[in-house]
Amino acid sequence: MAGVGSACLLVALIAALYAAGASVYAARSGRRQFALSGRRAIYCMAGLLALAMGILEAAFLGDDFSFALVAQGSSSDTPTFYKVTAMWATQSGSLLLWAFLLSVYASLVLFLTRRSLREIAPWATAVLGLIGAFFLLLMVGWENPFDTLQRAPADGAGLNPLLRHPAMMIHPPMLYSGYVGFSIPFAFAVGALITRRTGADWIRSTRRFALVAWTFLGTGIMLGALWSYTELGWGGYWAWDPVENASLMPWLVGTAFLHSVMVQEKRGMLKVWNASLIVATFVLALLGTFLVRSGILDSIHAFGASTIGVQFLIFIALVAVASTALVVSRLPHLRSEARLDSLLSREAFFLLNNLVLVGLCLVIFWGTFFPLISEAFTGEKASLGPPWFDGYTTPLALVLVLLAGVGPVLAWRRVTWAGIRRALRIPVAASAGALVLLLLLTDAGDSAPSLVMFCLAAFVLAVVGQEFWRGAAARRVMTGDPWPRALTTLVGRNRRRYGGYIVHAGIAVLFLGVAASSAFLTQRDVRLSPGQSTKVGDYTVTYVRPTARLGGDRAGTGAPISFGAVLELRKGGHRELLRPSRNFYPTQDASKGAIGRFFEGEATSEVDLRWGARQDFWAAVRPDISELDGPIREANARFGDSNPNVQGFVIAAITDRYRRNPPPAAFRFIVSPLVAWIWIGGGIALLGALVAAWPSPEARLRRVRALQAARVGRELSRA
Amino acid sequence: MEYAVALLLLGALVVLVVAAPLRRPGEARRHEDARRAELEAAKEAKYREIRDAELDFRMGKLSEADHRTVDRELRAEAIEILRQLDSLG
Repeated sequence: MAGVGSACLLVALIAALYAAGASVYAARSGRRQFALSGRRAIYCMAGLLALAMGILEAAFLGDDFSFALVAQGSSSDTPTFYKVTAMWATQSGSLLLWAFLLSVYASLVLFLTRRSLREIAPWATAVLGLIGAFFLLLMVGWENPFDTLQRAPADGAGLNPLLRHPAMMIHPPMLYSGYVGFSIPFAFAVGALITRRTGADWIRSTRRFALVAWTFLGTGIMLGALWSYTELGWGGYWAWDPVENASLMPWLVGTAFLHSVMVQEKRGMLKVWNASLIVATFVLALLGTFLVRSGILDSIHAFGASTIGVQFLIFIALVAVASTALVVSRLPHLRSEARLDSLLSREAFFLLNNLVLVGLCLVIFWGTFFPLISEAFTGEKASLGPPWFDGYTTPLALVLVLLAGVGPVLAWRRVTWAGIRRALRIPVAASAGALVLLLLLTDAGDSAPSLVMFCLAAFVLAVVGQEFWRGAAARRVMTGDPWPRALTTLVGRNRRRYGGYIVHAGIAVLFLGVAASSAFLTQRDVRLSPGQSTKVGDYTVTYVRPTARLGGDRAGTGAPISFGAVLELRKGGHRELLRPSRNFYPTQDASKGAIGRFFEGEATSEVDLRWGARQDFWAAVRPDISELDGPIREANARFGDSNPNVQGFVIAAITDRYRRNPPPAAFRFIVSPLVAWIWIGGGIALLGALVAAWPSPEARLRRVRALQAARVGRELSRA
Repeated sequence: MEYAVALLLLGALVVLVVAAPLRRPGEARRHEDARRAELEAAKEAKYREIRDAELDFRMGKLSEADHRTVDRELRAEAIEILRQLDSLG
């Protein structure tokens, strides 16, 4: 089936190029048939790429190691879940995923706009076709996921052990859905600029796509952080790593875009800014895709050097230069339709929030690319660490959370000082109350930035609570509905506004978790022998006994060998057991010997932790297996040529030796306060985004009625 | 061989789907529908703005005078959209 897969890619490439050509012709000649034909070519591209994805998935699930990709990224003992998701752990597989998601998004938006945006849509189709063509060209020309091997190996190399984590396997499709999703507003913005139809029509038609993309990207970032926290064995969730930063930058600029398009929709202002933001978001999304695999910056997330770096950089440069030139050439058509009435207005604060978000992005961009910048000027790669990033991003984050609280209480156009004072009275009191309680009851005063963040989070939560309360009260006055009905109708009829407020609450909760867990974390790195104990914060941890498992590791990653520890955790009268471990995966390197290859391949930490609303207890172990070197060498020599059953017994004997005579093991213990609120805050923000993106039933009904009315009018005129 | 056959079949299928609209002209009659859909969307957006301003006023974010001004401007813009809708017949 590899031939069919390759054919799908080539035909999809031709379809994408045709879609671009036919749509441009339709736009210039006015011949609508070609626009429809181009749109159909995009649908075909989606169908072909779905077929290609299906073929590749079948190859992974069926252990067809004649596919180079399957041999490289899977093995017969890889658990089924990881076989399904192994495709995007490889470079060409992830390119296929990118192109497939793009074709699905493009088909969906072109279907939804088939009766509107007649001038803009063909140009947007052309842009989407060209983006799709670029990714397909990469696969057809350099990174074909359907490449086959002359001789299929008996088994594959297996999925990178670090990626054998549920969050990590959902994380890439989420990130890519985010990156790709931003291509939709980008394409329509380009269409609007080319046709000089720079009103809010293109924003109204693509706003929901931008919001969905933002949600996917945010969820992907959160899953990446969760993976880092529970899998990487260092105990943190964010390290300002280049690849992490690469996903955060388009999310930040995308956040700015989602706010500022509201100003254009409502007031016809910030048109240049919005066009520039969506161009920047899309370019950063491309850059994010490129950075993950390019290997140009040192990253714990870089899983291989790219062979398509130059092509990618040329494409990114072309997109950036052509889009900027287009924006500049259309400046006369991007003049604001209104002036800022007052600095005390929602649009003024949106502009301020935009500046902070873009400022954050610029700081992160500088820090991320500093190694390349320093190398260009000094010849030496110097990198900037977390303290540098924290120094700049912490104050900006504080301002951002403050604005997330002030923004919702302001009205569009203008608001009076008296109105602001009235609206902020309760939130400021809540913030002051939080300050007093924190100073009296906790040691939060030890970290000034964290203390300020706690107070600001209280401020935002109070603002959001007050907005729901006052909105429901206003609705009750208008309709006389009881409270629950008034509240649900309020949210249902103003999903975008109240969904946004829920997102603000989620972000405030998330920052609360970040501030607490980063400033008040307790970490201890110790070596313990069985029976020994240590204190970590309020906890006492005792190393009870070692563990050694053959096959069936606790996380279900398919690791053949797993060494670990049973720990007893005590706090007050409470006692429970933890079982951190370290999984060992075999290497294909024959020089390690038939037995040694099982102990000297890649190893990953399987963290054990106790989640808690107040604090998490996190434990990782690094067993010292150097004492097994002698027995392994001896086993290599004596049983290297034995049959697999005998070798299995030997491996079992060696692992059992570790369990019977355990050397001291290295442990890392972390007590992290309020860290769970990061994930809870992310969940709340996700919920808010879903509320904001969900079409209201009334709007759906009105749309149907409008279409029916149009049809009635058309049919009557024909009669 | 498998590649060539698949290329031929898939290519033919795509040509069939993509070329179909080119054989039937007369799509121009939909122009009016598209314009109507755009105006309907603009109308809905304007109505939403009017409702937003009303909610802001009732929540005390806008003074009565400001709300009157904003509401008058928004309603004038909505009337202009309705006028354009009516002109489509």
